[in-house]
Amino acid sequence: MQSQLPLFPEQASNFAPHVDALMGFIILVCLGFAVAVTIAVIVFLYMFRRKSPGAIGVAIHGDMRLESAWIGVPLILSLAMFAWGAIVYVDFRRAPTDTLDIYVIGKQWMWKLQQPNGLKEINELHVPVGQNVRLIMSSEDVIHDFSVPAFRVKMDVMPGHYNTLWFRPTRPGKYHFYCSQYCGTNHAIMGGWVTVMEPDEYTAWLAGSGGANVSPVVAGQRLFAEKACLTCHQSDGKGSAPSLNGVFGGQVRLASGAVVTADEGYIRESILNPNAKIVAGYQPSLMPTYQGQLTEEQTLDLITYVRSLQGEPVPSSGAGVIQTAGKN
Amino acid sequence: MPETDYLNASYGIKSWLLTTDHKRIALLYLFSVTFFFFVGGIFATMIRIHLLTPGGYLVTPETYNKLFTMHGVAMIFFFLIPSIPAVLGNFLIPIMIGAKDLAFPKLNLLSWYIYLIGGGFVLYSFSTGGLDTGWTFYTPLSSVYSNSAVTAAVIGIFINGFSSILTGLNFVVTIHTMRAPGMTWFRLPLFVWSHYATSLIFILGTPVIAITLLLVALERVFHLGFFNPALGGDPILFQHLFWFYSHPAVYIMILPAMGVISEIIPTFARRPIFGYSFIAGSSIAIAVIGFLVWAHHMFLTGESLYAAIAFSLMSYLVAIPSAVKVFNWTSTLYKGSIALDTPMLYAMGFIGLFLIGGLTGLFLACLGLDIHLHDTYFVIAHFHYIMVGGAVMGYLGGLHFWWPKISGRMYPEFLARAAAIILFIGFNLTFFPQFLLGYMGMPRRYHSYPPELQVLNVMSTAGASILALGYLLPIIYLVWSYKFGRVAGPNPWPATGLEWKTQSPPLTENFDVTPEVDWEPYDFEHRPDLALEPGVGGLLPAHGDD
Repeated sequence: MQSQLPLFPEQASNFAPHVDALMGFIILVCLGFAVAVTIAVIVFLYMFRRKSPGAIGVAIHGDMRLESAWIGVPLILSLAMFAWGAIVYVDFRRAPTDTLDIYVIGKQWMWKLQQPNGLKEINELHVPVGQNVRLIMSSEDVIHDFSVPAFRVKMDVMPGHYNTLWFRPTRPGKYHFYCSQYCGTNHAIMGGWVTVMEPDEYTAWLAGSGGANVSPVVAGQRLFAEKACLTCHQSDGKGSAPSLNGVFGGQVRLASGAVVTADEGYIRESILNPNAKIVAGYQPSLMPTYQGQLTEEQTLDLITYVRSLQGEPVPSSGAGVIQTAGKN
Repeated sequence: MPETDYLNASYGIKSWLLTTDHKRIALLYLFSVTFFFFVGGIFATMIRIHLLTPGGYLVTPETYNKLFTMHGVAMIFFFLIPSIPAVLGNFLIPIMIGAKDLAFPKLNLLSWYIYLIGGGFVLYSFSTGGLDTGWTFYTPLSSVYSNSAVTAAVIGIFINGFSSILTGLNFVVTIHTMRAPGMTWFRLPLFVWSHYATSLIFILGTPVIAITLLLVALERVFHLGFFNPALGGDPILFQHLFWFYSHPAVYIMILPAMGVISEIIPTFARRPIFGYSFIAGSSIAIAVIGFLVWAHHMFLTGESLYAAIAFSLMSYLVAIPSAVKVFNWTSTLYKGSIALDTPMLYAMGFIGLFLIGGLTGLFLACLGLDIHLHDTYFVIAHFHYIMVGGAVMGYLGGLHFWWPKISGRMYPEFLARAAAIILFIGFNLTFFPQFLLGYMGMPRRYHSYPPELQVLNVMSTAGASILALGYLLPIIYLVWSYKFGRVAGPNPWPATGLEWKTQSPPLTENFDVTPEVDWEPYDFEHRPDLALEPGVGGLLPAHGDD
């Protein structure tokens, strides 16, 4: 049996000190209440113990000032906890723009992770220290959850949908990651290790073990041709479907008049369920669904490819993207 | 012992199985929920033994997953939810308000049969393949991927829901229409107020879980795409529907226990409860606000940022009425004349454990902390403090408090106090280490865990063995006392409620003549019938600073 009694997990990301400080604050407030009530109960039980078998107590029915105090004070402290918690959470949900993006796919009962250069890992994740990392995650089957206690982060991994999770590792080392959403038989062993490396080590590791990999952009480009996407999605915008140049990250106006941001979720939906959102000026029902014809990894390759088209010249018409000052 | 009472009014198995007496139906429920408590308890014992070693000690992963699922389903749907309302509420509400029975006695019996049929389906599921979805039935795991007997289980829970709905309906109608002359709303025992609030949740919430689980069965059997994304469904929709009931269901479990505590404390402090209307009002506030917090179970599903913020705020607001209750109970001790009889020990244990359970809820309602604590053992520890530390301690406290009324006899005081203390210690030893495991990041529902977490797991298992002893003791001595206990008389404590004005055990009709109420609740001062000594208790004269 291990002899240590662990009480405090390592702090290895930008979020860890914030979450721990918040924890400290709430522990202090709660401890204050718990100790005050416990002492009051014990003192009263002793002071007002029954002195003779027939004795009764003093009839005190209540006190409005006390009631207002113990509604008001906890309310104020609660709102402080709420506000501080919300600040940390907003930071956690809004990833910065300069992230190293890693695609994560959960399936019963393993994790497949893909580095930006196409290097694939199973149940292992290597990231450089000090770099903002964003995980873009989906599931092939049931709901999973990617959780790294040392980073104080976790996020559900949903089928049919991308969730993202970001963090900035602050200390090199090896940390547990777990599946935190119950997913069936081997839920408990669906985990692995996050290895945080010095940036130069990370670069060397990527180069050293990435020899045989096809980059997801290249794989996506091949699929784009294989599945005949380019028949309609011509880059000059003259096909029967919008050009995909410069679409990713832009605002797209739909036939319904609504405007959506072209993120991973939008591209994914447009591949798997093309009629859900039709770009303004285009015909519905032309594109077949690719639901069931692409693996999650192939879908991700296609998305990565579409994303890489951001540098390409955007045709003056036919991309569906709303032109903004920075883009032409 | 009285010559005739509800227990010996008629004999034979038929007189029980066809009874419409709310007190007999309460006993039928007592036996059935106790059965499910031990079913769930055996699963819990196996879970704790299994977790003695990091690799898992006892069973395969499949079996382990079934154990925690069946533990949750048996305990929540078939023990905790019906326990206090269907046993103590059923027995006491009519007597407390001076009525002869509930408004719909036959419906009350029907509720029990529905419970049995639902329980039968669930036991069938347990014994033919078991159930491995988690008690939360998250889709698409439950509706597509699980190979266990999901359909039978969800049908069982669907059926059982009608038992809750009918019980809630019966209570609401009874409390509205059958109060004795003089029993105004603000003379109602707080136990009745808390059951009124609980009944509102039964009626408004239960239909949602029933239909949701039916949709799971339809998706599973007929492949209708409600929740499975491959069929165009949305797994998040399930979570919204599930928690719309299942979060208020937490209040179904704790509100009745709060009602029990609100009866015990003034009785053993022998003074009026502090802030009656605040305690009554906070029960209603919990029931209402409790319906507006459900998505705090979903902060990490990718739900909208603004939804998360709104639900976090509402979750903090629902904490306030619970805090109000704790402060009022504590103040009720002030200048009381306190005796630490067994029910009072349970009530004090309840305050301690509910305090920890409630306060740790503030950690989980906090968006920033929930990122780290969600789905870890911290959550397990938190809700066991509420449901076992709170609801079960309240149930046992209430069972001891009213046992003289139910059976006509006293339980053995020394053993009973010992059991209450053993339970308190065993409970804390079992569940406090789980807070620490949670902060270390140990996810829930793991059949194995990293070796560095073994010490805390062994501590938890050791505590569970003490806890198990604490649960066995009352079963043994309560059964013993039913036959051999000292005769209690109508009002052994004494207490002020109407239920103590009738004989123990009561007549089938509860009262010889319909009582009239001309006293305020928990008033010991103006009750010469209680034969107490006004002016002797406390440190100051009785009429000090009222």
